[in-house]
Amino acid sequence: MITVEMRGITKRFPGVVANDAVDLVLRAGEVHGLLGENGAGKTTLMNILFGLYQPDEGQILVKGQPVTIHSPADAIGLGIGMVHQHFKLVQPFTVTENIVLGLDGWGFFDMAEAERQVGEVAAQYGLDIDPGVRVQELSVGAQQRVEILSSLYRGADVLILDEPTAVLTPQETEALTGVLRGMAEKGKTIVFISHKLEEVLKVTDLVTVLRAGRVVYSALTRDTDKNTLAREMIGHDLANLRADQQARVLALAGDEDAAHAGEAGARSGGSECLIDARDLRVIDDRGLPAVRGLSLQVHAGEILGIAGVDGNGQRELVEAITRVRPLEAGEITIAGLDATGWRARDFIKHHAAYISDDRHRDGLILDFDLGRNATLKVFDEAPFSRAGVLDFRAIVRFTRQLIGSFDVRAPGPSLPAGKLSGGNQQKLILARELSRSPRVIVANKPTRGLDIGAAAFVHQKLLEERERGTGILLISSDLDEILLLSDRILVIFNGQSMGVLNSGDADTQTLGLMMAGTPLADLTAQEAAS
Amino acid sequence: MNWDLVTYSFVVGVLASAVRWATPILFAALGEVFTERAGILNLGLEGIMLMGALSGFVGAYNTGSLWVGVLVAAATGMVMGLLMAFVSVTAKANQVVAGLGITILGTGLSTLLFRLFFGLRTKPPTIKTFGTEPIPLLSEIPVLGRMFFNHNIMVYLAFILVGVGWFVLYRTRYGLALRAVGERPEAVDTRGLNVTRLRYSALLIGGALAGIGGAYLPLANLGLFWTQMTAGRGFIAVAVVVFSRWDPVRALLGALVFGGAAALQTALQTLEAPIPSELLLMMPYIVTIIVLVIVSRRAEFPGAFAVPYSRGEG
Amino acid sequence: MTTAERSQSPAQPLVNWRALWQNLVQAALSVVLSLVVGGILLLLSGRNPLDAYESLLYGAFGTTDRFTETLVKATPLLLIAVSVSISFRCQYWNIGAEGQMILGAIFSVWVALNVTGLPTLPHLALCFVAGALGGALWSLIAGFLKAYLQANEVITTSMLNYIAVYLLAYLVRGPMIDPGGFNFPQSRLIPEALELPRLVERTRLNTAFIVALVAAALALVFWRSTWGRRTEIVGASRRVAAHVGLNIPRTMLLVAGLSGALTGIAGWGEIFGLHFRLIEEIARGYGTLGIVVALLGGLNPVAMAISAFLFASLVVGGNAMERNANVPFALVDVIQGCVILLVLSRAYLFKRAS
Repeated sequence: MITVEMRGITKRFPGVVANDAVDLVLRAGEVHGLLGENGAGKTTLMNILFGLYQPDEGQILVKGQPVTIHSPADAIGLGIGMVHQHFKLVQPFTVTENIVLGLDGWGFFDMAEAERQVGEVAAQYGLDIDPGVRVQELSVGAQQRVEILSSLYRGADVLILDEPTAVLTPQETEALTGVLRGMAEKGKTIVFISHKLEEVLKVTDLVTVLRAGRVVYSALTRDTDKNTLAREMIGHDLANLRADQQARVLALAGDEDAAHAGEAGARSGGSECLIDARDLRVIDDRGLPAVRGLSLQVHAGEILGIAGVDGNGQRELVEAITRVRPLEAGEITIAGLDATGWRARDFIKHHAAYISDDRHRDGLILDFDLGRNATLKVFDEAPFSRAGVLDFRAIVRFTRQLIGSFDVRAPGPSLPAGKLSGGNQQKLILARELSRSPRVIVANKPTRGLDIGAAAFVHQKLLEERERGTGILLISSDLDEILLLSDRILVIFNGQSMGVLNSGDADTQTLGLMMAGTPLADLTAQEAAS
Repeated sequence: MNWDLVTYSFVVGVLASAVRWATPILFAALGEVFTERAGILNLGLEGIMLMGALSGFVGAYNTGSLWVGVLVAAATGMVMGLLMAFVSVTAKANQVVAGLGITILGTGLSTLLFRLFFGLRTKPPTIKTFGTEPIPLLSEIPVLGRMFFNHNIMVYLAFILVGVGWFVLYRTRYGLALRAVGERPEAVDTRGLNVTRLRYSALLIGGALAGIGGAYLPLANLGLFWTQMTAGRGFIAVAVVVFSRWDPVRALLGALVFGGAAALQTALQTLEAPIPSELLLMMPYIVTIIVLVIVSRRAEFPGAFAVPYSRGEG
Repeated sequence: MTTAERSQSPAQPLVNWRALWQNLVQAALSVVLSLVVGGILLLLSGRNPLDAYESLLYGAFGTTDRFTETLVKATPLLLIAVSVSISFRCQYWNIGAEGQMILGAIFSVWVALNVTGLPTLPHLALCFVAGALGGALWSLIAGFLKAYLQANEVITTSMLNYIAVYLLAYLVRGPMIDPGGFNFPQSRLIPEALELPRLVERTRLNTAFIVALVAAALALVFWRSTWGRRTEIVGASRRVAAHVGLNIPRTMLLVAGLSGALTGIAGWGEIFGLHFRLIEEIARGYGTLGIVVALLGGLNPVAMAISAFLFASLVVGGNAMERNANVPFALVDVIQGCVILLVLSRAYLFKRAS
């Protein structure tokens, strides 16, 4: 039975056509995969279905009736629910409070009764959730289940999940797959948005591929394969690339084999230790321990990848190493100098670069023009200022140079950074950081939200830096990226190291178990025992 | 210093006057608890209180009914709250500056209207205030009885509103939605509720209560109006909301702290303490700063505090 | 700040004429609308708005005397506006101008009356420095509490305003009272040699006006300096500022101290150019007016100078209006409030209108 039909959906934003005459048919009992790289238009399309955007052209039919969906309230009323990539949960509230939010009017609220009802629905769908717990105390996987339950509780027949596995360990992904299949069997319609083709192959019944806003391919999952999907996702450009570039691009698209086959692991450190962190202890903004006694080493000409599910202390670890956050205990040595007492200023002055995961909040000031952004860290040095007075001409010259050498698409240095695309913003940041010939680079989710082309560019630059002998600390929640680039991999869980592997020895299974909390030592012991 | 006057009766009297000093602040702080829980910082309280004082006074003066004055004050406060809502929620302007604008507007407008209505007279216009109405039985309790149960009806109204506020905030779905909107407006939007309407409602509540708080001064305390009579109480109310960590019951305690400082200051003047009166008058403001500093280190503001919400970001 | 204000950064190498023109038009419209609102209020109370405004205009510009009086009033407004523009651009909401002005006045008068044996010029210079110091120190109390103890500066600076008013009241009735003054709450007169020279004969326009203009010019230089850039970055995003290694508490202290010093100088100017003694009314209302001037001028020194002139004319005209047309001066406050709200909403309103 057809539950939803989207016909000829077109959506334009200034400067880009996000969806171009897209047709989509969703049926009950099916898990429908929507595949495409970042920026292909998948999330936009589903946001339209969920009422967050209005289409410029096209029609939506739900259960055969044409409808206009003005807002999430309308979508919910039609039985459509959405689980977003970044959960929309109120952290200090309990599970029940989150689920019940917005339902049943404005009056008196009986908590006990609500908890009971929530528990019932959870059991009905086999979702393991405790209705009385505060969301902030739940694991990421559990929080995702709360989001799913929230939609089901509202009677959703159609459930849209946007990149649900981005925040899960491989084992949790399997569990989620089971839950989704279970719901499909009960007659629900599931839409699974992803940019990872391997996952789409495992989870879905049907797959539709979007590229640059258009539907380029649609098939039953059992009738298609990895290579076809990859080709459709990326476009025929793939054939023009060198073999190693092809592998990189495929890996970014979620091809595990390509990730494993990456150049990484071809060298091991052995040379000068550029970052030596011993027994670090760091607390987070709420005063709780986030990093509990973690040690790591990054050598010259090496990429150390830190794998782990978001929220296990990565942010605090990175902030501690870049000296933005104080250490409660432990020592750090950077390029042979004792950095424990350093402040962020010193980190920068000693030629250590930081590429942050959140361009908009750490890396750039969107209201500032490119020139100011390019000189954010260096404006108080010659030639950008003399005797405390800024030299605008020097700044402009420098910025033009950066824009040129890294091919940042912008008309000039006076454009506000907010007007650049995500990929160009990241290029600007890279250009800025690499222009100082750093000895050490800390790269925190450097390709988050970027399309494959931009992501490949970033990877290429990082590999070039590695060639130059720079030591790179890479943090990412994307296992494919970690496998692709790293020489060695450290898995972080709950603020502690679960072990370090050479990437050649690492496989998704093992890494997945480590990410979920099993130390490498235990895993090898188990293997030896069996 | 005249120690002779320090009798049991005097001390209890000071405590009772602390409660009366606290009341206007409590009204305004209660309203601001709702506003800030919804994620909006309303620094316009001072202006809204003044407009409430003026309109309440004018309402009571012209109709002879104090309760009409209270209602008019509440309505005026709501209008001011609406204005603040437009500027900060719809126009998404900087909330600090918007609040200052409301304060400036309210201060000027209240003075202007007072002069326009009453002109300059030798004898200022007065009204008869709410009288003291002791609550039977409860007011007999030693110390606490006189402190809490021997006041005018607006004080009792404030106490009742603390309870009502607590109930609405924590035991109703509206309160749940309001708290959610201040923590994570996206969560509310995605569940089909209207963030804008919720925030507007919070400002209507905040405005109404601030208006009533301002009206307390002429209607229950002094019987007259003079320009800028709130003397910073609006800002102190904002500080009280921080002290109280956005909780109605703790706001009562916070308001009492201020009230205590103010009452102590007048008591010391009566006792002819060897401190110049101007320096004594500074006391409530100094106390506010000190308590604010102590509390600020661990203050956990609502997650989406003072940030305008736009769908489709993040 | 709205995006409109932020993108109109004064430190761009080239003047963005288009944006400047747009801002001027919007500002002018905001003022006119506010005047209309004021006019409506007058109508409702049975007064004639045209009479009132005519009186206001004549009162501000009618004679040379009046015109220079407008410049006299513009002086502290411009200084305070520059001060506000620095602190607001750092998102440090310093609304303590009134208190800082008072402390500047107190310190400078104290030095004038109690430091002896100095030749005139150094003595005057010392008074100037004392004024700046007074304002800076008062502001730094709040600045320190914010930078290191996270205390909300809006509350602390406004509390400090009230404290300063009472402190002044105490001083002019007690320790600093004029013994020959019939118990009036005022201090002794400062030595005549220290009075600031007049710029135009038989008017009150004095060199403090030049000081204000110089301050505005220096502000332009400030935004081209590394300190200015630091201030902007901290104001735009504390997180980014932390990541680029800026010392945020120290920047806040710099901003608090600098803005306080400027307002302290405004206090010095009022005493040494106009009143020549400490009196209670010295700072009344200037704090909020200064903020409105700054906002209307989009935190840009040149636009703020124009805006200061405009509001000074409102004040001078407003006083005349009260005397001659029997319209309370408070109308000016109402106009101020309307202007702020309109300025804040202008980005939104003009978008809807176009």
